[in-house]
Amino acid sequence: MSAVTAEPYTTADGRKIGGVVMEMRHITLRFGGVTAIKDISFDIREGEVRAIIGPNGAGKSSMLNVINGFYHPQEGEVWFRGEKRGPMKPYQIARQGIARTFQNIALFKGMSTLDNIMTGRLIHMNTGMISQAIWKGKAEAEEIENRERVEKIIDFLEIQNIRKAPVGSLPYGLQKRVELGRALASDPELLLLDEPMAGMNVEEKEDMSRFILDVNDEFGTTIALIEHDMGVVMDISDRVVVMDYGAKIGDGTPDEVRQNQKVIDAYLGVSHD
Amino acid sequence: MNDGKALPEDLNSFPKLVERNARLFASRPAYREKEFGIWQSWTWGEARDAIEAIARGFISMGLAKGDHIAIVGRNRPYFYWSMLAAQYAGAIPVPVYQDSVADEMAYVLDHCGARFAVVQDQEQVDKLNEVADRLTSLERIVYIDPRGLRRYDHGNLISLADIRQTGEERRAETEGELKARIDSAQHDDTCIILYTSGTTGRPKGVVLTNANVLITAKNSCGFDALTEKEDVLAYLPMAWVGDYVFSMAQACWAGFCVNCPESAETMQTDLKEIGPTYFFAPPRFFEGLLTSIMIRMEDASPFKRRLFQKYIEHAKRVGPALLDGKEVSASDRLTYKIGQALVYGPLLNATGLSRVRVGYTAGEAIGPEIFEFYRSLGINLKQLYGQTEGTIYITQQPDGEVSADTVGVPSPDVEVRIGETGEVFYRSPGTFREYYKNPESTAETKDAEGWVATGDAGFFEPDSGHLRIIDRAKDVGKLTDGAMFAPKYVENKLKFYPNILEAVAFGHERDYCTAFINIDLTAVGNWAERNNIAYASYQELAGHPRVYATIQEHVEEANRSIAQDALLSHCQIRRFLVLHKELDADDGELTRTRKVRRRIIAEKYEPLMTALYDGSDSVYIETEVTYEDGRKGAIKATLEIRDAAVVTPDAQKVAAE
Repeated sequence: MSAVTAEPYTTADGRKIGGVVMEMRHITLRFGGVTAIKDISFDIREGEVRAIIGPNGAGKSSMLNVINGFYHPQEGEVWFRGEKRGPMKPYQIARQGIARTFQNIALFKGMSTLDNIMTGRLIHMNTGMISQAIWKGKAEAEEIENRERVEKIIDFLEIQNIRKAPVGSLPYGLQKRVELGRALASDPELLLLDEPMAGMNVEEKEDMSRFILDVNDEFGTTIALIEHDMGVVMDISDRVVVMDYGAKIGDGTPDEVRQNQKVIDAYLGVSHD
Repeated sequence: MNDGKALPEDLNSFPKLVERNARLFASRPAYREKEFGIWQSWTWGEARDAIEAIARGFISMGLAKGDHIAIVGRNRPYFYWSMLAAQYAGAIPVPVYQDSVADEMAYVLDHCGARFAVVQDQEQVDKLNEVADRLTSLERIVYIDPRGLRRYDHGNLISLADIRQTGEERRAETEGELKARIDSAQHDDTCIILYTSGTTGRPKGVVLTNANVLITAKNSCGFDALTEKEDVLAYLPMAWVGDYVFSMAQACWAGFCVNCPESAETMQTDLKEIGPTYFFAPPRFFEGLLTSIMIRMEDASPFKRRLFQKYIEHAKRVGPALLDGKEVSASDRLTYKIGQALVYGPLLNATGLSRVRVGYTAGEAIGPEIFEFYRSLGINLKQLYGQTEGTIYITQQPDGEVSADTVGVPSPDVEVRIGETGEVFYRSPGTFREYYKNPESTAETKDAEGWVATGDAGFFEPDSGHLRIIDRAKDVGKLTDGAMFAPKYVENKLKFYPNILEAVAFGHERDYCTAFINIDLTAVGNWAERNNIAYASYQELAGHPRVYATIQEHVEEANRSIAQDALLSHCQIRRFLVLHKELDADDGELTRTRKVRRRIIAEKYEPLMTALYDGSDSVYIETEVTYEDGRKGAIKATLEIRDAAVVTPDAQKVAAE
């Protein structure tokens, strides 16, 4: 059993942060001779926005892939909802309520926004392929029900105008939003975002920040995100883990992290004289 | 003016009209809105119930007769219902442009002393909270979308759903009061206050009475034979008089259905799905649509392109005549029919205009080619001329008497005369009562006999008897040699080119005319793509030599056209430049209704003005821009200034300037 050590509390803006939902214990991940992650431990608490930051090559995306179950660490344990996680397939992890977006958008380019987000509902659909093809009775009812959920997401993300547009033709910022929509469609408890604001302009970043906060707020979704833009991270996160060369060099509230000498050194470099 | 034309006692206010509609058209749709991808609809009966519940909720919250309620939102049934509910409760709705910045909003809310404000969402709530200290009379903010607001201090915040709920629960206590308030409505009670955006100074609150609005609605419904079977798409700002007349007054008078788009961006799709029968759009909409049709045709296969060209040519020749019921040969009719099956029908269907029975455009001059294009396809597109102070209608074109450069004959019961200076005056049942809390401006605009100065210069064309508007009276200036200078006339000539989005002409008290030009990013961008011209920004594209060359051709062609008009041939443009940024209402360069604010632009771009008149070839400028979140930044650019060839009117030869 994972020890839920931290007491639930309420943030300054009134959100409730619960106990630990996910805990990483002494994770070490190697690719051949390269150690991508060295003995990292941290936790993610229910309802919080948790950021993982660090310079290029720090191992952030690898960390997300470990949380996601895509990579299996050589050492250490991943605990989710009080249970130690064994080897699992990514779809099994998705069934557990973990969804993610990708740094390099991984949408179906030729499909419409609507269809892309519908794919996020697949784990909630039970009818078989044949009954879906015939599309009578249960399959039809199921599609209607899921479409309703998807339409709520489209409304939430304000992408009604691109509902039928093939995503390949959309600008990058919107594709990112569609990807967030698809992740949301699975009704995740924990949402992993891999650089949700990479390559965006200021306005798109602000929109995305607003959506992330609103997702957290409206749906109570726990969010773990990787981000480069320090300004954004400090504004929207409750707690931040800082990584450098595969190791954890800081962990705490944005203010604590900002004061941390190791973090400052990692970001600004250390003078050698 | 209004006394002689009193309304029937049982139809002299909006609540009474809604009650009548709920009786007559109980099961006909009154409102539709696309939400969650599906058109939701409400019958007049359902709408009435919702409105009454909200009204009872308002009364329970202490809304008194004569109070003001600000309405800040995009076209949604809930906002139309809130306006009607306010009137049910004897209060006066004051719609406010929802894209106004906090400061503009604060001015209007404070000026009208609104006690309640009904707003869309968190964005508007934040805006009002930001200026809360200036809004001493504002007691309650009512929101529709609760997203992001759950943890706000709900001391003065309440959702519309809760108000409706309260109204349902307190039905018994409020029933009598509500009925008394509905019954006590008089035809000269204030119906609504509409703040005009104003090209100069602070907005003014135009007070319109029940009689103003409803007699106008009655007359205009009669003019175009509007019935309960019409469908309109409500997509124009709710704070604009046009939307109030088309989507509220006429809808309630005739009992037709108001369709609200899913979001501002989906308007085109929603238009196609609804297929309105009665449609209003500003010229820029028709321009934009034509541009996009042409762009798409250029990308079409050669066969389709040829088919399109052949039949559009034919339509241009015979279409308008057919529409006006004039004589057309049988073979031309047949070709037109074929064209209808192959080209016009599908084209109209794709644009959502195929069911349009009555279409209007107004607000700006429309390019003759654009106007003719739509008419040739069989759309009964007409022009009207009007303003908020006259409950919009001053003149309009009757069916069969339509032309691109006039605005028609006086609307029913409207008297129009031309003053000595050429200014247009009118007097009508729709003439406003006053500017709210502004007797000086009221007196300046409206004289004791009820004649209102429009501020526009115009004349009646002798042959047709139709009114033609030249420009704003105060904008008509003089060049230093004394020749008349009409900036809008020049700007319109330029704006008829799809590549030119906006133009600003200068010349008053100057030696010659000059212009700033804004390229249309859609049209020019598409052209650039087809010609393999790479560009990284609007600024770079605007400054591209080939873009400049194209614009120069347009300017020179416009000059040739201006030269035709004996009175205004001096207004040809000698020098011009292409602006490095799009003119924007957020930077104060356009009004919220997207009219250019010439004076402000001239002041802001003072270095450019100097350069236009001192003969230099290029000029460096730094411009402050305001982003949508209110932050400011700067754009730096070096702009090229070009000379354009002008035509000497008498000799018709090109002067090498």
